[in-house]
Amino acid sequence: MELTTVWFLLVAVLFTGYFILEGFDFGVGMLLPVLGRGDRQRRVLINTIGPVWDGNEVWLITAGGAMFAAFPEWYATLFSGFYLPLLLILLALIARGVAFEYRHKRPEASWKRRWDQAIFWGSAIPAVLWGVAFANIFRGVPLDADHEYVGGLLDLLHPYALLGGLTTLGLFATHGAVFLALKTTGDIRQRAGALAVKLGVGTAVAAVAFLGWSLTIRANAAAVVLAVGAALALLGGLAAARVRREGWAFTGTALAIALAVATLFAALFPNVLPSTLDPAGTLTATNAASTPYTLKIMTWVAVVFTPIVLAYQGWTYWVFRRRIGVQNIPQH
Amino acid sequence: MDALDVARWQFGVTTVYHFLFVPLTIGLSVLVAILQTMWHRTGNERYLKLTKFYGKLFLINFAMGVVTGIVQEFQFGMNWSDYSRFVGDIFGAPLAIEALVAFFLESTFIGLWIFGWDRLPKRLHLAAIWAAAIGTNLSAYFILAANSFMQNPVGFRINPDSGRAELTDFVAVLTNKVALVTFPHTLAGSFLVAGSLVVTVGLWHVMRNRGSADTGAYRFATKFGSWVVLVSATLVVLTGDIQGKIMTEVQPMKMAAAEGLYTTESPASFSVLTVGSLDGSREVFALKIPYLLSFLGTGDPNGTVQGINDLQAQYASQYGPGNYAPIIPVTYWSFRFMIGFGLAAAAIALLVLWSHRKGRTPTSRWLLRAGLVMPVLPLLANSFGWIFTEMGRQPWIVFGEMLTRNGVSRSVSLTEVLTSFTAFTLIYATLAVIEFKLLVRYARAGVPDVSDRPADDDTDDAERPLAFAY
Repeated sequence: MELTTVWFLLVAVLFTGYFILEGFDFGVGMLLPVLGRGDRQRRVLINTIGPVWDGNEVWLITAGGAMFAAFPEWYATLFSGFYLPLLLILLALIARGVAFEYRHKRPEASWKRRWDQAIFWGSAIPAVLWGVAFANIFRGVPLDADHEYVGGLLDLLHPYALLGGLTTLGLFATHGAVFLALKTTGDIRQRAGALAVKLGVGTAVAAVAFLGWSLTIRANAAAVVLAVGAALALLGGLAAARVRREGWAFTGTALAIALAVATLFAALFPNVLPSTLDPAGTLTATNAASTPYTLKIMTWVAVVFTPIVLAYQGWTYWVFRRRIGVQNIPQH
Repeated sequence: MDALDVARWQFGVTTVYHFLFVPLTIGLSVLVAILQTMWHRTGNERYLKLTKFYGKLFLINFAMGVVTGIVQEFQFGMNWSDYSRFVGDIFGAPLAIEALVAFFLESTFIGLWIFGWDRLPKRLHLAAIWAAAIGTNLSAYFILAANSFMQNPVGFRINPDSGRAELTDFVAVLTNKVALVTFPHTLAGSFLVAGSLVVTVGLWHVMRNRGSADTGAYRFATKFGSWVVLVSATLVVLTGDIQGKIMTEVQPMKMAAAEGLYTTESPASFSVLTVGSLDGSREVFALKIPYLLSFLGTGDPNGTVQGINDLQAQYASQYGPGNYAPIIPVTYWSFRFMIGFGLAAAAIALLVLWSHRKGRTPTSRWLLRAGLVMPVLPLLANSFGWIFTEMGRQPWIVFGEMLTRNGVSRSVSLTEVLTSFTAFTLIYATLAVIEFKLLVRYARAGVPDVSDRPADDDTDDAERPLAFAY
């Protein structure tokens, strides 16, 4: 396999990992005001992701770095072109990350309320905007022959992209609810499980519509199979959530996110950012790529370190595998 | 004002801001790991208290370093996309490796450390803070290797077809002599900040909470921090000296600009302070140390240091017409502030140690005041160091290869850059106030009570409250 293809796959895998992992973090953040009744319950919710959210976010930093290293043109065009959405994502991630750490550092209710807001919006905004961004990557954006973005903000906000945003919002919220049902005890666990089913039904409608619409834009056999798989995984996950098989429910929503992202990347290949204007502006895994020498070095680094990272990050989830509830929250 | 100016200001503001938190993360992670190791080795609760106390301050700061770091990675693509296109083949790799090798290690093990108190076996929990500290320090290497390429590009060629820089020797990029010396210099500068914070907080409690049961712990912390400051100040000076010599060789214009040296001199004297026209070309009063600049730049008191005018003429013939000198007052003063603030911190550390000699407790109000401003000094020194090294490289974004004005994103409008600059400045300013107040609050609160720790054998109790929970 060509190294450009390897790196196309690796970038896809990194974003997939990011959406699965930070997907439930976003979901937990968005559900904080819904499922967290009172301060102690809210602390339970935040502490379910407490040990892992930062490591989950590094998937994004790695995906961005991999894109920069392996496909500098893709990175440069995408980040300068999607300027304002990325700015909003950054501001949201800043507020949210600090909020986790600072929320419990003062006892006042008003202090906590403000950080709760930061966690909610800091989770909801990226959850929508990542969908908008990926829908635009998939559909293509106005690029000139130099691969420069020549559209404006409004060129990124069309119905298809908004449906993409709604889909990721729903997927992450459902995924978060399922995660909470898996990781908590008592009252929160019950309500999270029930909410997951409700959210999931609406999400399934949006997701099927979005993936269907996507396949009318560009498609191949693999993408169709993956899209069907994504829909089935989501429905399976919801069925499992309904009968309170929480581990299977989580597997289902995680798989649904993975397969939905895979659908987009599979249909997109070999393009990485199509141009809706001049076809010469289209960025592909070949014309956006670094030199074979750089890709070779990066491949060796990835081959050596990815298994190590997966091992210790996986081990962290094992260490913190236990469910938590209000009884685990200290009094002060 | 155009998008280029705002993009440059944004890079300056967000980078200096990011680097207020990074040095504490780098330095304090190791110092906390050392304190926890001492507890582990001796069983003395004093070290456990200090570990938890400084660990809390570390975490308040850590969060800010993490979230402001993401901005840095995104910013290259957002505001500097033509730069990213030009150097992506070389510059992207260290960034990606930094994330994969260092950031995962740091973030995952920090999570294990925060939430693993009394849950992980003690030895493993100690290993977690060390792994996080190693990850943090490792990350500095990769980002400095990337920055060093901008100062002294090596291991590449320019592709004549695309006009882009392409990597030819990755080992050369990682062993860039600028990177090899900047790394220890930056780490030592970081420990200067971390040590200073340890001193400030310790000293405040020593002097304000006389007779407290924890005075012994605070005394230890104050002296420990002072030694860290003195050792790192020495290392900063030693590595800075080597840096000066390398800079004279690879970026002679930066060295000349540091000194405001317009004409080539041998021997060249070092100006401690100059009063003159703003651009430094005409001096009214100057305090000078003869031979020192020659010695700093070349290691030989009679060595030749090239002046700005000669270098300008040389570059103009080499690269075509243009101004190849940085803004001299900025480089001249930032260089002096860097050195001055750093040395001031070391001087205070010396006073603090002296005031604690033979079991004495200091009483001087002046010492307390000096101790309280102490962490600000190395923070300023670090900031001016970065301002010097980045501004001194101008007008280049990659020295000799790409001008800063050619690196900015062409597709991004002034309105967009202004929006993001304003947004970052506002959120950063707000968070700075919040963070500072929290640090003060937790620093005042003092070391925690550790007497209610669960015994080591009941780690399986699922109903037990979590340690360090958010």
